[in-house]
Amino acid sequence: MNDETPLLSVTGASHRYGDRYGCRDVSFDLWPGEVLAVVGESGSGKTTLLGMLAQRLALDEGSIRYRTARQNVAGGAREDLLDLSTLSEREVRRLWRTDWGFVHQNAADGLRMHVSAGGNVGEPLMANGWRHFGQIRAEAEEWLRRVEIPTDRMDDAPTLFSGGMRQRVQVARNLVFGPRLVFMDEPTSGLDVSVQARLLDLIRSLVSELGLAVVIVTHDLAVARLISHRTLVMKDGAVIESGLTDRVLDDPQAAYTQLLVSSILQG
Amino acid sequence: MSGPRIVYNEGYLDEQTKRVVRRALLKGVAIPGFQVPFASREVPMPRGWGTGGVQLTASVIGPADTLKVIDQGADDTTNAVSIRAFFEKVAGAASTTRTDHATIIQTRHRIPETPLTEKQIVVYQVPIPEPLRFLEPRETETRRLHALEEYGLMYVKLYEDIAKYGHIAKTYDYPVLVNGRYVMAPSPIPSFDNPKMHQSPALQLFGAGREKRIYAIPPYTDVESLGFDDFPFEPQRFDQPCEICESTEVYLDEVLIDDHGGVMFVCSDTDHCERTLTAREHDHITEVNA
Amino acid sequence: MTYDTTNRMPKDAALSVQDVDKTFTLHLQDSHQLPVLRGMTFDVPRGACVVLGGESGAGKSTVMKMVFGSYGANSGRILLSHQGSVMDLVTAEPRQVLAARRETIGYVSQFLRAVPRVPALDVVAEPLIERGVERAVARERAGELLARLSIPERLWKLPPATFSGGEQQRVNIARGFIIERPLLLLDEPTASLDARNRGVVIDLIRESLGHGTGMLAIFHDADVREAVADLTVDVQSFTAVREEVLA
Repeated sequence: MNDETPLLSVTGASHRYGDRYGCRDVSFDLWPGEVLAVVGESGSGKTTLLGMLAQRLALDEGSIRYRTARQNVAGGAREDLLDLSTLSEREVRRLWRTDWGFVHQNAADGLRMHVSAGGNVGEPLMANGWRHFGQIRAEAEEWLRRVEIPTDRMDDAPTLFSGGMRQRVQVARNLVFGPRLVFMDEPTSGLDVSVQARLLDLIRSLVSELGLAVVIVTHDLAVARLISHRTLVMKDGAVIESGLTDRVLDDPQAAYTQLLVSSILQG
Repeated sequence: MSGPRIVYNEGYLDEQTKRVVRRALLKGVAIPGFQVPFASREVPMPRGWGTGGVQLTASVIGPADTLKVIDQGADDTTNAVSIRAFFEKVAGAASTTRTDHATIIQTRHRIPETPLTEKQIVVYQVPIPEPLRFLEPRETETRRLHALEEYGLMYVKLYEDIAKYGHIAKTYDYPVLVNGRYVMAPSPIPSFDNPKMHQSPALQLFGAGREKRIYAIPPYTDVESLGFDDFPFEPQRFDQPCEICESTEVYLDEVLIDDHGGVMFVCSDTDHCERTLTAREHDHITEVNA
Repeated sequence: MTYDTTNRMPKDAALSVQDVDKTFTLHLQDSHQLPVLRGMTFDVPRGACVVLGGESGAGKSTVMKMVFGSYGANSGRILLSHQGSVMDLVTAEPRQVLAARRETIGYVSQFLRAVPRVPALDVVAEPLIERGVERAVARERAGELLARLSIPERLWKLPPATFSGGEQQRVNIARGFIIERPLLLLDEPTASLDARNRGVVIDLIRESLGHGTGMLAIFHDADVREAVADLTVDVQSFTAVREEVLA
C-alpha cells in the first residue's frame, strides 16, 4: 500500500427514495489527511451522501471502498481497498470502533446525554477493550483538555453543558480512539457565530495535527473554506462541481456554484 | 361432592406451554447467559410479581419435587407463602422452608446461604433481564451488542459509579459475564450473593415474565462479576455477626425494633438463621447435659 | 504520477507559463464570456525575481492565482518544477496541487488569512513545525523574523487577528519567508509598510533569491520593484481584447 491508494474510494454511489434519486452517481477518492467538504442547500443530497458513506442509508448503486485489512485472514495486516458491502456487520462495527468517527449536528445524537463527559469520552476506549479505570480516566481527561473542557467539568453530564461544549465533547469522543476517517454532519450549524469559530478552529487544528481524513457536510461555504482542502458542490442529488476548495470558491465554473458563492460570501 | 371443583393441569400450565418453556430452557442451558425470548403466559398473579419464575417452576416441577420459595430471603412473606400453596395445589408437590430439603428453590432477591447441590434447581424471578437496558434503550441494539460481544457500554455504568462515588456503587443486580461470553443480569440479588453463582453445582434458571425472556446458567459454569483491573468487583461485606444466630459471613437485614430508631442486624435468610440458632441451642443443651 | 512530464520545461526554471488562456464565464449575467488573458507565456528562472507589470485590471492577480491554483486555466500549460519532476498545474489533480503548495510554492498575499486564536509566534512558526522542526527551534526562528520586521515582542503571544493591517502583513511576510520553497509568490507584500520595513522585506527577498528561490511578484511600490526585479512581464500584452471576442 502506498500514497497512491486512497483511504476511501466512492464510485457511482446512488441512493433512491422510491423512484426518485436522493443522491446520484457520486464519485470521489479521499486520501489520509484530506478534508473534503460537501456543500449544497438543504435537499441537495449532501446528507443523503453522508448517510450512504456512514452506511445508515442503503447504497442502491455504485460502490464504497475503504482501505483496511480484512479480519480473520492469516497475515491479515495487509491493507486493501475493500468494498464495504462485502464486509460482515461485525467487521463494519469494528471499523466504527477503531477507524471511523461521526460527529453529528445535534450533540444529543452523538452523546449519551446522561452519562458524564468523562464517561462519554471513555466509552470508545472501553469498547476497544480498555479495562483499567485509571488509564481510561486519564485518557478521557487528556482529550477533554484538548477540546478545552475544564477538568472540573469532567464528571458532569452533557445535559449541563452549553451547545458549544457539547459539540467539543462529541469531537473528543470521536477522536479519542485514534480514527483515520471522521464524518461530520454540519457540526457547527446549531451554534452561535463566535462559538462556531472556536469549534471550527479546534477541529481544524486537531484534524491537521492527527492527519485525519474528514468528510464534512455543510451548507456554509465559510466553513468549507476554513477547514477543507477539497469541496464537492451538490445540487438535486448530483455533484455539479468539485475541486480544490479555494478554486471552487474563487473561480467557480458551474452556474449554480457561482450563484451559491455570490449569494453567500458577499458582505 | 368430593374432589376439587376445578381440575388443574399438573403444574397449572397446559402441556403445550410447558413444552414452549422447556424448549426455551434447553436453549438457555445450551447458551449460558443468552436471553431466549418466549411466549410468556398469563398466570394467576400480576406481572412483576414473579410470573416468569412461576412459569419456569411450573414447567420443571412434578409431584416428586419439594419446593422452597423465598422473597428477600424469607420464606414467610405473603408472596412466598402463596406461591408455595399454589404449587402444592396445582402440582401436588411438597413444600419446605429448608434449603437442604428443597429440589426447586424459587427466589426473589437472594441466593440461600446454605450451599446448593447438584440435585437442586434455583429459579430466579427477574424484573429486567437486559443488563444494558438503562444505557441503551433500543432492544434491537442491545441484542446486536450481545451478538457481537460488544460490552464496552456495560463498563460505562461501572465507570460512572467510580467517577461519582470512588467505588462501584451498584450493590444488587450486579452484571456478570457468563462462561466468558454473555453479559447477564443476575436479577436483583445483592452483589453479596454474586460469588455463589460461580461454579455452582445447582442448575440456575432465570425467568422474566413481563419481558418474556428466559436464560440459564448450567451447573459448574464460570460466572465472573465485571470490574476494572484497578477496581475489581468486591462483594458487600458485613462487619458484624447476625444478632440472633451469631452467624458471620452472611447477608444481614437491618430491622427496626422500636419506635426510637433502634435497629438490629439479622440474617436475611430466615431458614439459615433458624437452623443455625437451633443447632447452637442444641449444642448448648448438649454441653450443659454433659 | 498522472501529470505530463513530456512538456518542455526550460532548464533552470522554477516555473514556466506557456500559452495560457483565461476566460471567466459569468453565468449570472447570461453566461457572459469575460476573456482576461490570451497566450500568456513567461518563465521564472531559479534565483530570479519576475515582476508582473501592467495596469490595474490587466490580470496580474489572475496570473498569480492561476499559478497558485486557486484559479483554473482554460488552456495552455503552467509547468512547475516540483520535487525533481515537472507538474502541469493546469491539469494536476487537487491533491497534487496541495502537495505542490506544501513543498514547492510559497505564497505571501496582501492579507493575512487570520487563523483565530493562534498566537502570532505560532502562526509564523507553523510552516517549520509542519516540516518536522522542533517547536522550540521553530519558535526561536519565528521570533527572530518577527523582531527583524519590528513586531514588538509583547504581541508575539497574541493572535494576529487583533493586529493592525501593517502588523498583520508583516506577520504574513514572516510566515512566508520562514521556510524557503523553490517558488515564492508575492502579491503586493509591501503595500502598507513603512520605508524601514520595506527595506527589511527587500533584504529578505534578496536573501531568498541568493539561495535559488524563483519569485513571481506583484509590487505596488516602485522602489521595491526597482530593488529586486530581474525581469518584468507586461501582463497587458497578453490581455485579451474584449471587443474582439464580443464581435
